[in-house]
Amino acid sequence: MPSLPASPPPHRLWRWAAIVAAVAGTAAAFGYVGGWLAPGRLTAQRLVDQLQSGGVHPGFRRNHAKGVCVTGYFEGNGQASAYSTASVFASERTPVVGRFAIPGGNPYAPDASVPIRSMALRFTLPNGQQWRTGMNSMPVFPVATPQAFYEQLKAQQPDPATGKPDPARLAAFFAAHPETAAFRAWAKSAKPSASYASESYWGLDAFEFVDGAGVRHAVRWRMAPQDAADADATAPAGDPDYLEADLRRRLTQGPLRWRLLVTLAAPGDPTDDATKTWPADRREVDAGTLVLQGTEPQDSGPCRDINYDPLVLPAGIEASDDPLLPARSAAYADSYLRRTSEEAHLPGTATAPSHPEHQP
Amino acid sequence: MNAPSDRFVWPARLLHWLMAALILAMLFIGVGMVASVSERHAWLLRIHKPLGIAILLLAVLRLGVRLRHPPPPLPADLPALQRLAAHASHWLLYVLMLALPLVGWAMLSAGGYPVMLSESLRLPSIFPAGPTAFAVLRHLHAWLALLLFLTFLAHLGAALYHGLIRRDGVLSSMAGLRRSEPPASPQSPQLLLSQDDAVASTPSVPLADGATGSSGDSLPP
Ligand code: HEM
Ligand code: HEM
Repeated sequence: MPSLPASPPPHRLWRWAAIVAAVAGTAAAFGYVGGWLAPGRLTAQRLVDQLQSGGVHPGFRRNHAKGVCVTGYFEGNGQASAYSTASVFASERTPVVGRFAIPGGNPYAPDASVPIRSMALRFTLPNGQQWRTGMNSMPVFPVATPQAFYEQLKAQQPDPATGKPDPARLAAFFAAHPETAAFRAWAKSAKPSASYASESYWGLDAFEFVDGAGVRHAVRWRMAPQDAADADATAPAGDPDYLEADLRRRLTQGPLRWRLLVTLAAPGDPTDDATKTWPADRREVDAGTLVLQGTEPQDSGPCRDINYDPLVLPAGIEASDDPLLPARSAAYADSYLRRTSEEAHLPGTATAPSHPEHQP
Repeated sequence: MNAPSDRFVWPARLLHWLMAALILAMLFIGVGMVASVSERHAWLLRIHKPLGIAILLLAVLRLGVRLRHPPPPLPADLPALQRLAAHASHWLLYVLMLALPLVGWAMLSAGGYPVMLSESLRLPSIFPAGPTAFAVLRHLHAWLALLLFLTFLAHLGAALYHGLIRRDGVLSSMAGLRRSEPPASPQSPQLLLSQDDAVASTPSVPLADGATGSSGDSLPP
């Protein structure tokens, strides 16, 4: 067959230019959407880079790095089933893998270095769906948006000269962020607890329960300890890892219990602002009891490879418009990818010491 | 149709353009969601998973159509290297449009996540949970997506090269525009798309069919 286009097409240069423009334009749009051409945008990677600015501890979570696995079950009592179709609230047992931790990126931080403790839970429902939640032992979060959280992290970053956060920077941050006032008031009187068992844990972010008729109910939840008697006990001096030892000792004596309390919002209560509590007279539903029976170290226990992403939700629970939620989901995913990549010893990742000195 | 046609069969063309839109959208959704911490992250991810599984199903269907209906042959005068590049990149595209959703599904399984396509529709796990498998598959998902995007860019460039420079009938074989056939009136809409319908491209098509375009311009005399 003879070669067909006898003569070259007219306007060859323009035709080539059109091709190059189409390809380059598509590539540039991709680069912009992917953030490579938008260096100012807050991304999960930038949040997690900031979280690990104090040093990388391979294989560990980038926040709440020091912690311990727990196992047990949740026993619903049917009372929240009027508001949510999730089977976890029916009168049945749902197995739970959880984790207690303290905030911060250092897995060797002394337990008394922060007044906050955290509880993360993964409920595995009979239909294979899951509910994951991470809660902190404080009634309000310092900030309402991911951008403000990022700025808080930067303000808290240790000054290389002193090894401590620069007080002037912190003061400037708080002055610029009056929404932190409720948290700071709480922090003033908060003391590091001697036990994970005596603490209440607040979900802080709002969610939506969806009932059988499809009606949505804005909620927040918290776990209230059955045994808050020694909530004011002072931590033993000398042992930086007393929380894990205390938990192990208590669990040898029997299971630990919390009640899951669900607060229902009234119309107008903010669902997008974790710095604000809802008025105390809001309806509260006792949804069931969390029973923890066993504990294992986090470097070998079943919680190690769980990402407690707050947006892993079963049918019957949905996200609210709280802007912290998608940011948490994205940042936890990035932290999870970093630590699993390190566990897998993928090329280019920091390598973990095979026996971290402080780990049991 | 017995003799090889100068066009792809209509199901192939329909699937091609539908999937082109879906896959391109998926690539942008994918990189857009991992670069965002706003509500966009959550809602894009909610679209990403069911759309990715839809692409997997469409890709299986498409592979079936492709195996049953071989595409029209490439122009006989296409240099061997371009011919090789065309075939290799087409098979690469098929492999990637099947592999990416499977890797996405497997990586969520390996991460121990329930693979939720909606508030209540859950796919079974297709990979045992484990941190190494998760990390490898998650990186693979990103690298394969990048490879798919680069292959797509090459494909786009090549299609436009066939349509605008060579004008050899390759683009219209997928665009689905008939080249000007005797009954077509000069005003018929396909003439507005002046790419490559000027010249007959396949050995099986009589040369005379392309004679209308032999002036070098795509407008018929
Ligand atoms: C935008 C704000 C936030 C960011 C960027 C952030 C970031 C992170 C990161 C990266 C992790 C480690 C995740 C992993 O590797 O699995 C983590 C853990 C955790 N976060 Fe947040 N967080 C934020 C807000 C919150 C809030 C509002 C709460 C409380 C309700 C919270 C509670 C927790 C808990 C309990 C853990 C520990 C989970 C575990 O034990 O695995 N975080 N956070
Ligand atoms: C044609 C099909 C698909 C394409 C083109 C595609 C593309 C992408 C891209 C470009 C990314 C961003 C990667 C990065 O830069 O890190 C991504 C991430 C992701 N994809 Fe896909 N994907 C596909 C199918 C799927 C499927 C079927 C699933 C699950 C069922 C899935 C789940 C995910 C998840 C979970 C992420 C990461 C989200 C995060 O870490 O925040 N993808 N995908």
